[in-house]
Amino acid sequence: MLIELGHFALILAFGVAIVQMIVPMVGAHRGNAGWMAMAEPAATAQFLLTAFSFAVLTWAFVTSDFSVQLVYLNSHTDKPMIYKITGVWGNHEGSMLLWMVILTLFGACAAWFGDGLPARLRARVLSVQASIGVAFFAFVLFTSNPFLRLEIPPLNGRDLNPLLQDPGLAFHPPFLYLGYVGLSMSFSFAIAALIEGRVDAAWGRWVRPWTLAAWMFLTIGIALGSWWAYYELGWGGFWFWDPVENASFMPWLIAAALLHSAIVVEKREALKSWTILLAIMAFGFSLLGAFIVRSGVLTSVHAFANDPERGMLILIILAVFLGGALTLFAARAGAMESKGVFSTVSRESALILNNILLSVSCFVVFIGTIWPLVAELLFDRTLSVGPPFFDAAFTPFMVALAIVLPLGSLLAWKRANLKRATKPLVGWFVLAIAMAALAYAIQSGNSALGPVGVALGVWVVGGAIADLWVRSGRDGLMDRLRRMSRLPRADWGKATAHIGMGVTIFGIAAMLAWEQEDIRVAQIGDRWDVGQFEFRLDDVNQLQGPNYLTTMADISVWRGDRQVGDLHPEKRFYPVANMPTTEAAIINGVVRDIYVVVGDPQENGGWAVRIYLKPFANWIWGGAMLMALGGCFSLSDRRLRVGASSARKTPQGVPAE
Amino acid sequence: MKRLVIILMLLASPLWAVDPKEMLDDPVLEERARTLSQELRCPVCRNESIDESNAALSQELRIVLRERMLAGDTDQEALDFMVARYGEFVMLRPDTSGANLILWLAAPVLLLIALVIGWFTIRAKRSAPEGLSEAEKAELEKILGS
Repeated sequence: MLIELGHFALILAFGVAIVQMIVPMVGAHRGNAGWMAMAEPAATAQFLLTAFSFAVLTWAFVTSDFSVQLVYLNSHTDKPMIYKITGVWGNHEGSMLLWMVILTLFGACAAWFGDGLPARLRARVLSVQASIGVAFFAFVLFTSNPFLRLEIPPLNGRDLNPLLQDPGLAFHPPFLYLGYVGLSMSFSFAIAALIEGRVDAAWGRWVRPWTLAAWMFLTIGIALGSWWAYYELGWGGFWFWDPVENASFMPWLIAAALLHSAIVVEKREALKSWTILLAIMAFGFSLLGAFIVRSGVLTSVHAFANDPERGMLILIILAVFLGGALTLFAARAGAMESKGVFSTVSRESALILNNILLSVSCFVVFIGTIWPLVAELLFDRTLSVGPPFFDAAFTPFMVALAIVLPLGSLLAWKRANLKRATKPLVGWFVLAIAMAALAYAIQSGNSALGPVGVALGVWVVGGAIADLWVRSGRDGLMDRLRRMSRLPRADWGKATAHIGMGVTIFGIAAMLAWEQEDIRVAQIGDRWDVGQFEFRLDDVNQLQGPNYLTTMADISVWRGDRQVGDLHPEKRFYPVANMPTTEAAIINGVVRDIYVVVGDPQENGGWAVRIYLKPFANWIWGGAMLMALGGCFSLSDRRLRVGASSARKTPQGVPAE
Repeated sequence: MKRLVIILMLLASPLWAVDPKEMLDDPVLEERARTLSQELRCPVCRNESIDESNAALSQELRIVLRERMLAGDTDQEALDFMVARYGEFVMLRPDTSGANLILWLAAPVLLLIALVIGWFTIRAKRSAPEGLSEAEKAELEKILGS
């Protein structure tokens, strides 16, 4: 009964979305306040109904109600509770429902916190947001209904894919969806602005927090996925240039560009039509991502709900929204007159360069991702585009970005003095070169990767610190620190995010350049050295987990006479899903990770053991977290704080006496 | 025959990327083989190189690749051999022949175009009239004068 109620709530939400799509838009066109005001309760109702429906599905998973087909296919009574819950979105139908909850949540947030927006703009934004809702409600209800029942409920379920039974991956999809769907808000604002035919500084200020929030969640989501790949796939890779990864990376790059160009709109009222285009493309790439993940048109390691029919429908949604938006853009973009004037050397110019580099790098990822498809359809060639291509074609853009970033962020708005901007950076430049030389001298081999990574890392981090330092005035140290602590949070956000970028660049370069690997057959009792560590295979045991069998090795790590740690790498076997997984054992460290994997038993006794020393591995994700934290700081800035602009009370009507 | 036995034996149990048994004794050759195997795609998996893949066929490809190394092939000869045998599909780095030129050149060309457009946008911004136009100045004087 409850299941049917959940299904019914979803249908109701669909109906509400249809009304919310039409009525406020017509109201805004005619200037009818009542029709416009209707959007707000509708957005709230849509969210509450969808949230209820999601809660019902979650309840079905928690109570292992195997009369629901989805629960039967993706759950099992022996599964730990946390994975019963995360199993809700570990499949196509449930994840679409999560997508809907987040989509309607964003719509409701725009309704709840949008008091500062002009009524007409708000009505249009909510109406466009509802139209996205309508498309996806229809998609869920007609092709991916999560509430289908089974006539004869089985005794137990078929279990969730064991790879997904992991904390890193359990929370990876919700963050990604918060990012993907968050970009729908920027899209709605862009479309509403095009319909109004007006973009001004205020619009830039309203659209920025949504983009910032979406980008921040996307950053966390991508980092979680990459971290999961690192420790779960058994050889410590963290990025594979897989189509599905690229699908999340493309909107991230465009959202990063959008964040920066929206600042120009807000501060200088320039780059307006370009910013609108970016907002449209960012959500377009989110939809493209959904298409790639769910259609199976491109082969990916993420074998997740590959269904050509559903893929076709998402492609139609993508074509309608992107095509419609771009047509509207072509018709109206001319009306967006830019005001701001700036000279060749200025912050505006630097941000244009930032946007060019980010957008073209996104294009590299895009063409590399779809090229196998194009080559097969048009040129009849079956080929692959893999990491070697992306490494060669994408990396130069990030290097260029890192080189210009510190300089650009120090340039003044409108007209900058290059000499004045470079002055605080000279010291950091020298330090970056010196550190690179040092790294080159210490390392074995001639690879430039490590030293270049060190130089770029120091340069970018130093540039961000110099930026804060320049803003702290000219007085003594205490005075400078005091002033620094009073800088707007947006400035701290900018510095933190840029530092994060530097840290990640350094982490990636250092880990790839200085990794050590050892593969061998070890007998129980064997001792061997890798780097400055000694490893001892003490024992191997067969054990049983809650829903799996495991072969667990006992490996102790020594440095001289001191024991560094005890590692227990596992090979698990999940009998219900009939699937093996490797569980690497890792000693996380600031300077390096010690990464140990146990493999198959060998015919002459003994076990295959792989050991990796991965220097500065954690800096990769640490940097990503700093970037997200920077977004958080920036979001909490007074200027953007939700409701700050509503302090100005709208005059209340006074009854006539 | 011995290779077949090894492969069959490994098929029985869950497989695992690069096994100690397959590795060559010569560390230089082995290093080259590892680097090359990261450039080759496992034909039956979903977007993994044969270096990462656990599939039986990947293992076979790794062994074939190492046999080519032992036979004295250069890196390019070994790659050509693999492509001739398993098709263009196994190359993770697409070559620059024919239509693939579009793939390789698209980004540099687009970057160039974007930079040119960006440059002209900035130039246009610079030359845009700053301050007041003649008509506006006249009007201002009229207001101030009156």
